[in-house]
Amino acid sequence: MGRTLANKVWDAHVVRSAQGEPDLLYIDLHLLHEVTSPQAFDGLRQAGRGVRRPDLSLATEDHNVPTADIDKPIADPVSRAQVDTLRANCAQFGVPIYSLGSVDQGVIHVIGPQLGLVQPGMTVVCGDSHTSTHGAFGALAFGIGTSEVEHVLATQTLPLRPFRTMAVNIDGRLPEGVSAKDLILAVIAEIGTGGGQGFVLEFRGDAVRGLSMESRMTLCNMSIEAGARAGMIEPDEVTFDYVAGRPHAPKGADWDHAVRAWRALASDDDAEYDAEVSIDAESLTPFVTWGTNPGQAAPLSGEVPDPRSYADPVERLAAERAQDYMGLTPGTPLREVPIDVVFLGSCTNGRIEDLRAAAAVLRGRRLATGVRMLVVPGSVRVKRAAESEGLDEIFRVAGAEWREAGCSMCLGMNPDKLEPGQRSASTSNRNFEGRQGPGGRTHLVSPQVAAASAVRGYLSAPTDLD
Amino acid sequence: MEKFERHTGVAAPLRASNVDTDQICPAEFLKRITRTGYHDALFFQWRQQEDFVLNHEAFSQASVLVAGPDFGTGSSREHAVWALRDYGFRAVISSRFADIFRGNAGKAGLLTAQVDHGVVERLWALLEAEPGAEVTVDLHRMRVVAKGVDEPFYLDDYVRWRLLEGLDDVAVTLRHSDTIAAFEDRRPAFLPRTG
Ligand code: SF4
Repeated sequence: MGRTLANKVWDAHVVRSAQGEPDLLYIDLHLLHEVTSPQAFDGLRQAGRGVRRPDLSLATEDHNVPTADIDKPIADPVSRAQVDTLRANCAQFGVPIYSLGSVDQGVIHVIGPQLGLVQPGMTVVCGDSHTSTHGAFGALAFGIGTSEVEHVLATQTLPLRPFRTMAVNIDGRLPEGVSAKDLILAVIAEIGTGGGQGFVLEFRGDAVRGLSMESRMTLCNMSIEAGARAGMIEPDEVTFDYVAGRPHAPKGADWDHAVRAWRALASDDDAEYDAEVSIDAESLTPFVTWGTNPGQAAPLSGEVPDPRSYADPVERLAAERAQDYMGLTPGTPLREVPIDVVFLGSCTNGRIEDLRAAAAVLRGRRLATGVRMLVVPGSVRVKRAAESEGLDEIFRVAGAEWREAGCSMCLGMNPDKLEPGQRSASTSNRNFEGRQGPGGRTHLVSPQVAAASAVRGYLSAPTDLD
Repeated sequence: MEKFERHTGVAAPLRASNVDTDQICPAEFLKRITRTGYHDALFFQWRQQEDFVLNHEAFSQASVLVAGPDFGTGSSREHAVWALRDYGFRAVISSRFADIFRGNAGKAGLLTAQVDHGVVERLWALLEAEPGAEVTVDLHRMRVVAKGVDEPFYLDDYVRWRLLEGLDDVAVTLRHSDTIAAFEDRRPAFLPRTG
């Protein structure tokens, strides 16, 4: 029987396997940030252990950092202590770190690929669920908890049971104005927030092959929101072109070896998946969430659903609770939902293409009165690239705030937060209760929809502005 | 890690699905650098509401949580498990757990007992009819037991063994250091290094 991409990457990393035990899997790249690592480093210290491969580890500061006045000390002492702890731990254990102020600082899942550190066929982990982003390169990349972070630091391995595989076939072409974000929201709505549990999703089909590397990252990023361990995409010329020439990409003869190995990763024609779903890309339209989990989503052209329309009592209860929290009434057209704040950024949609897509909508327009918009590049390098193209100017002229790199309003851990009751259109990945600040209400959207919503003041697609 | 063999305690019915780790332990509490002391973080927002289940006197000593499907979704934060443990929970019963949460729980001594949703419904009915009723989770027999309920639960064999023995994963893996070193010698030369 043929093997899938995920099977191949797994098999190539098994250090040890024994009857009745999980496989011991080698980890090629361990990404770290300030939030989920302090207790892990502490555990090493208490046990008198070291970091086995600091040269396969990389840290940055992203969750706690402010996105304004970054030349001043971090104002919140608790956040500052956590960032300082990461710096001290990296210094003690020899782990490379890009700190605030470095040109390579940024959201961990943006900087890894940008540096060329993520390549096809690798195993990549991070104490962060959106590690699934890196599967866009044909890497097996997944989030882990702090105990596992400690385990990887000490041993560069993890004991794991093989994941099951699910083929997500997306055929046809994405219509104009429909982005990878809309696509993944539609996939999650289709399979449910628990539908991917235990699985690696392999995104396949014409629509996926037609996506840029950055869009592929958006797609894989939110695999976790379907409950999946990871998302993966077969590496192809688009992947190789993206990696080529980056600081950590293989060079010379190594490059040729690497590409040959990467081509062999493609799933075999007779590979069997444990599950399979199909989505028709042609039929998709912009998608937005109305509830408090990413599966509670609908086409923007639709309305807030009636909880009574759900046959499953668990789903009905969940929809009722969500609409109560979100302050929404069944039957309200989604285009009539007013927005207070727009957040453009995060590891889902904080890359240069996302900023370009939003800027194209905002060019020559202004934000609706009373709407606040934060534009937060995913990394310092994304910020510089945007500035060299003049995107910052478009955002400023439109009335948006042009900020420094970081996780920002994706989660309520730094100064960028929603006020209780405020409603956002956000390009981030989670609309959980309070995710963007206690009492905040989040609608997940694409960069294009975010920009159009900022202009109209209501959830909107760019076509609503004409 | 503390051993887990059998636990009996007051169980609290949490009638919600998709309880994500942002609810279990909000981001604000992730700024801490310690591994303990998260009892105040647990369900912080929900605890502000008077009618939240854990605010009821009958459940103040609860050590078993009975929740709807897809418990522990979202963020990988192990703090969610620490918060449950620090508050006094030893076990969570649900029909479906998010993968990362389940993994974290197994490392931090919190038992995730997976049962059919019908069993959850029966436990909810019991706990609401008789607030303060106790539930036993028996890791040897792999059963959930309460008044009128005696049902099997599922847990990965290896996790079960580690919980029963109270074993530290890292120590187990370090026994294979030579095998890891031999694997490292075979890794392709083109793979990147960070520094
Ligand atoms: S941008 Fe959001 S999802 Fe991504 S790493 Fe930061 S907090 Fe997590």
